[in-house]
Amino acid sequence: MKNPIAGGAGGAAGVEVALPHPRTSRVQPRTRVLESERLLAALLLAPAVLLLGTFIAYPFVMGVWLSLSSTTVGTAGTFVGLKNFEKVWNDSIFREAFQNTAIYTGLATLFKLSLGMWLALLLNRHFRGKRLVRASMLLPFIVPTVLSTYAWRWMFDPTFSVLNWTLYKLGFIADKLPFLSDGVWGLGCAIVVNTWRGMPFFAITLLAGLQTINPDLHEAASLDGANAWERFWYVTWPLLKPVTLVVVVFSVIQTFSDFQLIYVLTGGGPANSTHLIATYAYQIGVATGLLGEGAAISLFMLPVLFIVVWLQLRYLRRLEGA
Amino acid sequence: MAQVLMKDLNKKYDEVHAVKDVNLHIRDKEFIVLVGPSGCGKSTTLRMVAGLEEITSGEISIGDRIVNDLPPKDRDIAMVFQNYALYPHMTVYDNMAFGLKMRKFPKPEIQKRVQDAAEILGIQELLKRKPRQLSGGQRQRVAVGRAIVRHPQVFLFDEPLSNLDAKLRVQMRVELKRLHDRLETTAIYVTHDQVEAMTLGDRVVVMRDGWIQQVGEPLELYSKPANKFVAGFIGSPAMNFADVTIADANGVVWAETPGLKVRVPPACLERLRPYKGQHITLGIRPEDLHLAGGADPSEYTFDSTVEVVEPLGSEILLDIKTGPNMMVARVDPTVRVKVHESIRLALNPERLHFFDMKTEAAI
Repeated sequence: MKNPIAGGAGGAAGVEVALPHPRTSRVQPRTRVLESERLLAALLLAPAVLLLGTFIAYPFVMGVWLSLSSTTVGTAGTFVGLKNFEKVWNDSIFREAFQNTAIYTGLATLFKLSLGMWLALLLNRHFRGKRLVRASMLLPFIVPTVLSTYAWRWMFDPTFSVLNWTLYKLGFIADKLPFLSDGVWGLGCAIVVNTWRGMPFFAITLLAGLQTINPDLHEAASLDGANAWERFWYVTWPLLKPVTLVVVVFSVIQTFSDFQLIYVLTGGGPANSTHLIATYAYQIGVATGLLGEGAAISLFMLPVLFIVVWLQLRYLRRLEGA
Repeated sequence: MAQVLMKDLNKKYDEVHAVKDVNLHIRDKEFIVLVGPSGCGKSTTLRMVAGLEEITSGEISIGDRIVNDLPPKDRDIAMVFQNYALYPHMTVYDNMAFGLKMRKFPKPEIQKRVQDAAEILGIQELLKRKPRQLSGGQRQRVAVGRAIVRHPQVFLFDEPLSNLDAKLRVQMRVELKRLHDRLETTAIYVTHDQVEAMTLGDRVVVMRDGWIQQVGEPLELYSKPANKFVAGFIGSPAMNFADVTIADANGVVWAETPGLKVRVPPACLERLRPYKGQHITLGIRPEDLHLAGGADPSEYTFDSTVEVVEPLGSEILLDIKTGPNMMVARVDPTVRVKVHESIRLALNPERLHFFDMKTEAAI
């Protein structure tokens, strides 16, 4: 044969011989087992189920069990029903912590949303150094919360506060402001820090949302006679709503269960006046060792978050379905 | 109802000079089409009229007002965008009513105008739907509807049909023309499609690289193109061009190139006199070529080889080669020729075009 590939029929026959014929080759038993879709599905799902089970389901169930028991550090404890919840509910510090958490979440989310939106709208314009500004805006988000909160605490320090010093030198105040030495001020400071830290996330996400809006719509609206505010209100905002809701849901969940910030900034003080549910749960459960009660406190977050998230998701689904 | 005047209009971006010294007088109730390849400045010109782009220099007036510094909303214009730019979260009714709502029209008036416009466009059934529940053609109608409810002085169209499929485009083209006849409003229409330009425009403005090449009625552009660019742009398939030498032999003037020798018609002699012995560009439209018969004088026929045959039903396009030149001939559908066949073609001497090699201007 001169050239086995050159001939039409000869070439085709050559190819057929070169490939193993599927029907004649023997199927391995192991391969056949994997051909069952159910088994394959179970096999592929197993790692995820294992991870979720170990790190989410087990701690959650354990938490529920602890909240229903008299477990303390060192004693196994017995089932006590809802006694822990009853006790916690009648605890004035818990009530204050609960109220603080609601205020903290509500105000911080509101500020983050409005400032984040404003920032996103600004960043959505064309200007020199746009990329640099966009990237640097993420800094508060990247710096570990504990580190940045330490810096803030230093700025709010009763003795060395740079803010007090500046305001005093500028003649705005005659006396030091009680940043962290007063409960109301302390919570206010925490809201400021939380807003500072969380705003970039809002801004970046909303910016991403803004960029999906066709600029022609704004041009059409401006030809339709809408001024800048009307263009935002009638065009941008409705189109941005789904993204906004998702960010708000995330933010509410994170802010409501926030721990690090208060723990570092005020430690719940002065006189337990700035506790959030999470920090108080830690104080009772871990610092004091009353694991059962601590678990009960933290479980109070569950129904509240559940309702908030459910409402928001329902609204979101309606919005998308419409 | 208004005329639009552009005076020495220029637009410069950082490095790009997009629109150069455009002077244009658009008459009241006129339908004018700006046409040209992408990047020729036609859309930028339109957007300057709309107020969506700042004017670098020059002047635009609508009616008797100079609008250079007026924001878009105060120019009394309405625009239809290429991608329709319908508000996706509003119903068709709200989309059409939005402009009137922003201008604080009373509700009954809004309702009446939207209903009227919906009736004209045949979209009464769609008023409660959202844009994404509509087909491309329906969206296009809504976009037009949004423009006409406002009763503006000028309509601006920015390639409004280019997102539609070919069949729908032809249909909408006719509807737009009918609509313009009915509304009698000045319209400026931008497109890159010369067929659209020719069929819709009372007058057509051909643009290239920011310059206006020619302004004229459709048939004028076709029969008397001002330069080689317009000649090649208007008409489909495009005009054939060949570089020829003008030679004088015993008092008869010829345009010559290898494979092609055409006698210069007496009507053109005077104009071509200064070009004797020089190279110029000869232009022949495909439809001005036909298979040579006995009656065709030999000085207007030439031999060629068929390279490709494209039967279109109503006509046949022949891609032919004559000497080194490739040309297209548009011949009768009854003609039967085969690929590689040698044929003799005749050209219509009254429809020859000549262009200066350097300036590309028509001679």
